[in-house]
Amino acid sequence: MFRDVETLPPATTDHTIAEGGEVTVIQSGWRLGLRAFAQNRLAVVGLGLLLFFVVFCFFGPIFYHGDVSVANIVNTNSPPVVGHPLGTDTEGFDVLGEIMVGGRASLEIGLLAATIATVVGTLWGTIAGLVGGVVDGLMMRVVDVILSIPLLFVILIVGAKWGSNVLNLAIIIGIFSWLVPARLVRGEVLTLRVRDFVAAARAAGAGRSRLVLRHLIPNALSVVIVNITFQVADAILLVAALGFLGFGLNYPTFDWGDTLASGTNNLLNGYWWEVYPVGVCIVLTVMAMNLIGDALRDALDVRLRRR
Amino acid sequence: MSTYLLRRAGTSVIIVIGISILVFGMLHLIGGAPGRAVLGLRASPASVFAWDKTHGFNRPIAIQYLTYMNQLIHGNLGQSYKLNQSVDQVLAEHAPISAYLSGLGLFFSIIIALPVGIYQAVKRNTLGDNVITAAAFVTYSMPVFLLGLLLIQIFAITLGIFPVGAPASVSQDSSVVGAILDPRAMVLPVATLTLISVAGYSRYMRSSALDALAQDYIKAARAKGLPERLVLIRHLVRNACLPMVTLIGLSIPLLLAGNLITENVFNYPGLGIMFIDALQQEDYPVLLAYTLMGGVLTVVGNYVADIALTVADPRIRLA
Repeated sequence: MFRDVETLPPATTDHTIAEGGEVTVIQSGWRLGLRAFAQNRLAVVGLGLLLFFVVFCFFGPIFYHGDVSVANIVNTNSPPVVGHPLGTDTEGFDVLGEIMVGGRASLEIGLLAATIATVVGTLWGTIAGLVGGVVDGLMMRVVDVILSIPLLFVILIVGAKWGSNVLNLAIIIGIFSWLVPARLVRGEVLTLRVRDFVAAARAAGAGRSRLVLRHLIPNALSVVIVNITFQVADAILLVAALGFLGFGLNYPTFDWGDTLASGTNNLLNGYWWEVYPVGVCIVLTVMAMNLIGDALRDALDVRLRRR
Repeated sequence: MSTYLLRRAGTSVIIVIGISILVFGMLHLIGGAPGRAVLGLRASPASVFAWDKTHGFNRPIAIQYLTYMNQLIHGNLGQSYKLNQSVDQVLAEHAPISAYLSGLGLFFSIIIALPVGIYQAVKRNTLGDNVITAAAFVTYSMPVFLLGLLLIQIFAITLGIFPVGAPASVSQDSSVVGAILDPRAMVLPVATLTLISVAGYSRYMRSSALDALAQDYIKAARAKGLPERLVLIRHLVRNACLPMVTLIGLSIPLLLAGNLITENVFNYPGLGIMFIDALQQEDYPVLLAYTLMGGVLTVVGNYVADIALTVADPRIRLA
């Protein structure tokens, strides 16, 4: 709700001049957007960070065998040493290995929840915006109702009961966070459907499904794509909060929040390696998503390009 | 304007009813028959059934909902079977403690975010602006509990200036007086809440002030030779603050959620700790009442923000 717009250099409308000097190739909005995105240094940093964490969490365990399944009670709370670059925790598990495996759960939940929320929200918003009238009013009141209930409470209550594995938790988070995309898409559809190019398509004899698939959804998509990144960031934070409060995934599945929660018990003992590395991972991943989101919005949403 | 407010009030009531149906239905699905949770795992099925029957949990859900709403209208939020107290009592015990923490957090975050945002807008794209933007961005991407832990690490463990947890007097007798009497212990929890909110508010304030700076009345004020200080105070601040009114109204759920985590980090016995305790004990009447309260507060917050905005901004003339 707070995200605002970063000031950006204006997207270059780089017309390629053909030999005659008159014909110009007009690039599509998407191309221009991608170019503006690539020129934003922060966006590239965000993308790089995200790629790093995906490789680190999904492919890291192939090359680095940190033991996270067999407790080793003779080597607990060891500070970083040669065999354990980030030390071991209270059970003697390797912290670096835990971060890799836990990050997998965090990223999976984040991506899956955001996908569910986006698909449901886009459909809901498109239908409400297209049909209009009483149906629209009713559908949007439903959005108002769910949006008014503090998300963390609902996720905690439902998650404590059913959210013990990655898939369940992702579905639970997804089905309670489609409201913002629904509102965004509905707004887009409402403005798009009275625009001239839609009228032109209609006049040319385009059917309803063609209108929706070829004209409305592709044009509303930029808003949706920008929102996905923020959804992923929020979902990762939410899962971490759940894990920290002790209502997240059930062992043997765990996420970054769980690792951080167990490390917190040792904060007073000075075992920093059990708390801060995983904390940094959460912050960097969420930051990467937010950076990408901000840059995408600036790049894709022409109306938000700043003076 | 009054028709608009009346219509908004009507919608709000409908939304509140929707919230109550949804939350009640959800908790009914999860813990509809609390007999097992109340009597424990060793109770016989017959006694669990009998308990549910005596307390009316075997009736159709619609009847249960209407009974609950009837109670609610008469100011009775139900009974916590785990604590053997009325939910009214449980909430009344913890609410002032939480309100004290959130109140201080909200107060400081507004006091800090307003000047910071305006400073950033006036000095946009300078080093100061960029440093603050970066700091806000990192804070915004940080889980609340990690921020709390960092503050504990720095100020309580390493430097030893502030105590690690909540005031001991609050934890013991669960009263807000203990918290007020021990301001030193409040510093870190309040700072956690404040920093998280400032990160969001200042970004919002910056873009709102940037919008205001581009307006013609600012140019006019400068053109007539008004000193820059007065331009800022008289013209910029008052206009840039308007969107903040809405934002503060909208941030009630955020405050409640931030509270929930902050209270658990600092072991500060407010509504957040109560909620987590109730969740661990499967004390559904307490969860139901608190979630409902959160939803209603959100709707009320939005409504009050709307009224405040129509009062504060004479340009809003909604029929």
